[in-house]
Amino acid sequence: MAIEVRNITKRFGDFLALDDVSVDIAAGSLTALLGPSGGGKSTLLRVIAGLESPDSGVVEISGTDATRLPPQRRNVGFVFQHYAAFKHMSVYKNVAFGLEIRKKPKAEIRRRVDELLELVHLEPFAKRLPSQLSGGQRQRMALARALAVEPEVLLLDEPFGALDAQVRKELRAWLRRLHDEVHVTTVFVTHDQEEAMDVADRIVVMANGRIEQEGTPDELYEKPANDFVMSFLGPVTRLGDRLVRPHDLELLDKAEDDSTEAKVVRVVRLGFEVRVEIQVDGSDVWVQMTRYVADRLDLEPGGRIFVREAVTSA
Amino acid sequence: MTDAPSPVVRYGMRILALGYLAFLLVIPVGLVFWRTFENGIGPVIEALSSPLAKHAFTVTLQVASIAVVANTIFGVAVSLLLVRHEFRGKRILNTLIDLPLAVSPVIVGLALILVYGRLEPVGGWLSERGIDIIFAVPGMAMATIFVSLPLVVRAVVPVLEEVGIEQEQAAWTLGASPIQTFRRITLPAIRWGLAYGIVLTLARSLGEFGAIAVVSGRIRGKTQTLTLFVEERFQNFDEHAAYAAAFALAGVAVVALVAMNISRPEES
Amino acid sequence: MRPGTGLGLGLATLYMSAIVLVPLGAVVWRSRGDGWSGFWHDVTTPEASSTLRLTVGVSLAVAVINAGFGTLIAWVLVRDRFAGKRFVDALIDLPFALPTIVAGLVLLALYGPESPLGVDLAYTRPGVVVALLFVTLPFVVRTVQPVLIELDREMEEAAASLGATRATIFRRIILPNLMPAIAAGTALSFARAISEYGATVLISGNLPFKTQVASVHIFSQIENDNTTGAAAVSTVLLLVSLVVLLSLDLVQRWAVRRD
Repeated sequence: MAIEVRNITKRFGDFLALDDVSVDIAAGSLTALLGPSGGGKSTLLRVIAGLESPDSGVVEISGTDATRLPPQRRNVGFVFQHYAAFKHMSVYKNVAFGLEIRKKPKAEIRRRVDELLELVHLEPFAKRLPSQLSGGQRQRMALARALAVEPEVLLLDEPFGALDAQVRKELRAWLRRLHDEVHVTTVFVTHDQEEAMDVADRIVVMANGRIEQEGTPDELYEKPANDFVMSFLGPVTRLGDRLVRPHDLELLDKAEDDSTEAKVVRVVRLGFEVRVEIQVDGSDVWVQMTRYVADRLDLEPGGRIFVREAVTSA
Repeated sequence: MTDAPSPVVRYGMRILALGYLAFLLVIPVGLVFWRTFENGIGPVIEALSSPLAKHAFTVTLQVASIAVVANTIFGVAVSLLLVRHEFRGKRILNTLIDLPLAVSPVIVGLALILVYGRLEPVGGWLSERGIDIIFAVPGMAMATIFVSLPLVVRAVVPVLEEVGIEQEQAAWTLGASPIQTFRRITLPAIRWGLAYGIVLTLARSLGEFGAIAVVSGRIRGKTQTLTLFVEERFQNFDEHAAYAAAFALAGVAVVALVAMNISRPEES
Repeated sequence: MRPGTGLGLGLATLYMSAIVLVPLGAVVWRSRGDGWSGFWHDVTTPEASSTLRLTVGVSLAVAVINAGFGTLIAWVLVRDRFAGKRFVDALIDLPFALPTIVAGLVLLALYGPESPLGVDLAYTRPGVVVALLFVTLPFVVRTVQPVLIELDREMEEAAASLGATRATIFRRIILPNLMPAIAAGTALSFARAISEYGATVLISGNLPFKTQVASVHIFSQIENDNTTGAAAVSTVLLLVSLVVLLSLDLVQRWAVRRD
């Protein structure tokens, strides 16, 4: 195990940020800490990095007890949401910083920095100041800087949170590719479930300072441990007493064995996707389908329709 | 305003404001510059090279340097404490630091005499060991430190707050020790605020009069700063030397003003 | 607490105690040297009470004048445009940079016996007022300026669209928003004025009962070895400053709650 977290508790004044949290992160994996704001994921990441000290519990990195070690000695790379670029240094100097602190010979520093700048596609910007870079470029620089000292673990705190949607998508794909190349144990924090599902091998869902569930994206999506995880990871609607996925519901023109009668309230066409809002026994439910399926049904607002859960082939 | 003010009002206000400034600041200062060089540069240089004047220069520089160095170290340390650390009593410390600004310089002098004068417990104890505070350079340095205490702190704190702690945290994760982080990351980040604070402190230290007047004993040739020199020469009807020294001090003030404006951290 | 906090705090406290806190405490302590009756006596001698009344009176006048002219100057610097405005703006800080004794000399040159304007204010109260106006100039200007710069123009535009004249806009929209800053600057200039020594020394001639301000009185008491009397009057002065600054703090808190 690259990281072992055991029984970590952390309070900020009266606020309980982490409540007896334990989790293992496998070496070489790409893990997402996913959850709503204030859920404890950033705090957990910072505890692993040594930027916060836990009230109780143990953090082990690569088998060594790191709980009392300062960040300097943990050999973790950390990437901040707002880049934390050294504003007064060039891109080159930023990336070289960790190596200079370790008093590496100049030639070696130059080689390593050039290598990294090439990796993150920032070679032409080596002499620029961070203020002359775009947000996405600054974040790539921050990543190169963190990787320069060959950390055992790479931690990213909402790394794409400050970037706009298009850049976010690009960097997501790029982080995945980077991990495939470099294979360093990576943990990143996000509140965006799409991002977590897109990038990570494993997801740890956290809320209210506790771990709700962990597993692969598929496991979490198909077999959520509770309603919270289910609603957080994908669309949900309530049919009867259970939460179901709107795309797992089927609409029929004629009644069949396991179908229930419903009334069509509204039909919303969103390009490829069609959402049908219906009422079942007085409750509002919505169903998600492709427009090909919708076109074959007779959907009139106010009209009668039948709904049942579709059998999904696992 | 949405619609431009009538020209009468606008020019009226402008003339009133500029006139006030002219008659309060500009003309008096200009007049002194004029009077100083009434008889040419020669007499001015002569007056400023008299042994008394030279000594005043020396004492002033000694005292001012001590104050600037001491308050810069104190200022940076306290700024870091206030912005980067948590502890009870932070608000009290904040208020206490501003205290010197509200105290009359003569009271500053009195206060120091009451503790460090030869007849007082602490002062007496030190005097027995050959250390004289009052009527000597150490006392003058303390008085100058007192009056300029808050200046570096007040200049550095806002800059430290604005820079934020993340760059420092990033440096830690990259292996930098607290000292390395301070030297390579924090100090460069605050350098303009620090420069501004140091210029203010230097100007204040060179110009201190009231506290020094009390604490120094005004011993000519021994504890007389340039400001005391100006007063003493004036009272002794040597207006010429007084104006010359005043000019030197005013010149320094103008240079300090320019430096202040260059280094003033911009409010974003 | 992080490592280093305790040590840093301890050293800072030591530094401040040795230089500021203990000495100031000694002043208050010494003022009670002859007991309460002694204290009362020291501050109510004809000379002491005259100087205190004069100092407060003159400083109030200076504070009021600063409130007016300081706001005017800040207004012109922010809202008006003319050649050399940046230079004038830099000039405002001159009283902060200039030694007070030089300020005194400079004012005496223009408003003293050898005045080219024929205006001789030496040995008069107006002379003291002028000296104090010089040293307190930046206070109101520098507190009002940033507020004026930040002022939301859209408020004024909204008022204009509702029919308000410029005078009304100033009176009912702008001025109320400037009040906290004007009050702060005025209070600061008052506190500074009652403490001033160097600028008044030359032009006032230090005539007791006529132009001797509190700091000069304290100085002469020290020279006459009456440190207890000096400490007593000093304590009164410190108390007045304290009251002014506390009131300022209260007013500012109240103003913030209004937002």
